[in-house]
Amino acid sequence: MSSDIAISVKNVSKNFKLPHERVDSLKSVFVNPFNKNSRKYESQHALKDISFDIKKGEFFGIVGRNGSGKSTLLKIIAGIYQPNEGSVTVNGRLVPFIELGVGFNPELTGRENTYLNGALMGFHVKEIDNKYKQIVEFAELEKFMDQKLKNYSSGMQVRLAFSVATILAESDILLIDEVLAVGDADFQKKCFSYFKKLKKNNKTVIFVSHDMGSVREYCDRAILIEDSEIIFSGKSDDTAKKYTQLFLNTNSTSDQVKEELTKWGAGGVDMQDVSLTKSIYKKDDKFISFSYDIIPDNNINDEVLIGLVVKDESGQLICGTNSSIIEYTKKIILKPGVKTKVSWKVPNIFNDGKFTVDIAVDSLNSGELMQWWNEAAKFSVVNEQGTPYIVAPKITLDVN
Amino acid sequence: MLLIWASITPIIISIVNFIKNLKIKYRYSSILLRQLVITDFKLRYKGSALGYVWTLLRPLALFAVLYVVFIYFLRIGGDVPHYAVYLLMGVVLWNYFIEVTMNGLSAIVSKGDLMRKLAFPRYVVVVSGSFSALINLSINLIVIAFFMAINGVPFTFNLLWGIPLIFELFVFGLGIAFLLSALYVKFRDINYIWEVVLQAGFYATPILYPISLVIEKSLLAAQIMILNPVAQIIQDIRFEAITHESITISGLYGSQYSRLIPVAIVVVFFIIGTLYFKKRSSGFAEDL
Repeated sequence: MSSDIAISVKNVSKNFKLPHERVDSLKSVFVNPFNKNSRKYESQHALKDISFDIKKGEFFGIVGRNGSGKSTLLKIIAGIYQPNEGSVTVNGRLVPFIELGVGFNPELTGRENTYLNGALMGFHVKEIDNKYKQIVEFAELEKFMDQKLKNYSSGMQVRLAFSVATILAESDILLIDEVLAVGDADFQKKCFSYFKKLKKNNKTVIFVSHDMGSVREYCDRAILIEDSEIIFSGKSDDTAKKYTQLFLNTNSTSDQVKEELTKWGAGGVDMQDVSLTKSIYKKDDKFISFSYDIIPDNNINDEVLIGLVVKDESGQLICGTNSSIIEYTKKIILKPGVKTKVSWKVPNIFNDGKFTVDIAVDSLNSGELMQWWNEAAKFSVVNEQGTPYIVAPKITLDVN
Repeated sequence: MLLIWASITPIIISIVNFIKNLKIKYRYSSILLRQLVITDFKLRYKGSALGYVWTLLRPLALFAVLYVVFIYFLRIGGDVPHYAVYLLMGVVLWNYFIEVTMNGLSAIVSKGDLMRKLAFPRYVVVVSGSFSALINLSINLIVIAFFMAINGVPFTFNLLWGIPLIFELFVFGLGIAFLLSALYVKFRDINYIWEVVLQAGFYATPILYPISLVIEKSLLAAQIMILNPVAQIIQDIRFEAITHESITISGLYGSQYSRLIPVAIVVVFFIIGTLYFKKRSSGFAEDL
């Protein structure tokens, strides 16, 4: 292995044996040792023939969907699982951040837990002594270090765990699982500024994530794992693109699953027949246009307000509006039983990903919400800007 | 010349690397071991009003009970001098054996959460359980020394024999702890079985009664009984520390070499225990 390589993964395969009936009491061994049925197991491939090298100073991403095998790979690199075939060679000390605060004991004080947690990661008391002040400052827990951990709020615990992990592990190869990015906004900010620092200092980092934004922003290279195999390996931009495409290709099947649950409201109208001009919008498409029909009941004669909200894959609201906000000049009046056609045009400001649109009708007479249709329309955007942000409007520049 | 260097250099580099790796490997273990033992000691009496005083109070209370029951009421072992201290020594050593093996049994399973998230050397948690018990034993032995002084037991250099004997007990306990901890991951019945074994072992070992009572019935039974390393160790320590009335294995077989049998048993258990543990330990994270 050449010396500029930090981690080398060679032909790693991993199977899990899943017994039909777990043999975990002696009885099942003794009572029926010859019954082959009780000893049968299914073999499940978690990883097949995975190979890659990570250079020193590289920020390396591993992406893949849930169940694709990326967490297993992470655990094998960390040495928690043993591969069935192949080998992993690590050049240097590796510190895994698979979970924060592993081994924290609620009965011990913050100080004692710091030393315990540090020892679990392999740090000597002296090393921790040297950085102790820094840890406490970073966690902002100066007054609480001699209190028992059980009296900490969960936020304080996370802060302590994070600062122990990050400050102690400064000089090593880091393995960061996506769980790190869970937490409140403040904490996420801290995580991301920490990642930036790691990148600036040329640390070797393996980063596992679903979040293509952060993969694009921090990783130099990334691999995409699907069905236990590496299906793509390359620059993080390209990998992120492939990952997004993976979702575009396979999601059509699950679209029609839960249609009935998605409409709710006081009633009186029904929205039907949503149609989009396309299902995948490219960067040349200026607008996402779609239309639908509103069919009022026979006893309805109301003036209404109509609106929409666009959400991204994780359900985050991106934008939305209604007929009053956009100062639509015509009054929209529903006549008993008369179908009304509605068409919207939303400017294509979206970044890569999958989006859904909620549509709604409000009665202006009664002030009631007549119907809300959750995820009435779905569309995807493949915009090749490659920025990690939520929206990607066309931004122009003029330099004089 | 150059050729020789070219062929030797990689060997030297690999040896240097090997030593470096070995150092790194054991560095981690020693750091972790130290911290786990400290933590265990800190946590032991957490939440109890008297705290560490209990480490002293427990053997004291035990002594009081043994004294009242065996010396005052039952009057067993009237011919053995310092019988109260003699009893206490046996019970304390046996309790140590219980503690080591029970600590070991649950060591891996109770730390399952750690096993699944960190790749530290697994044997450390078992060894730390043994060391915690050893610390406890040392405190108990100090209390015994105190009683010996009160009882007028003479302190001699023979006490130094206690060091290899306790080492033998430590190795035996550790070997069993390795075996049990790895078995317990797969077979959760082991703890019930082991409790019964310990209970039986308590009565099959001359702890509460002098072994002379067994010899009266059958010499053979006594000779088999003393092959149990714990029985051999308890009798030897009593012999060296308290009274030469304690009948040891060499007394029963009439040969110093007979002591090699329990020692061999200890070695065999230790080898089986560590090998089995080593074989299974890489799979703990998945099996738990």
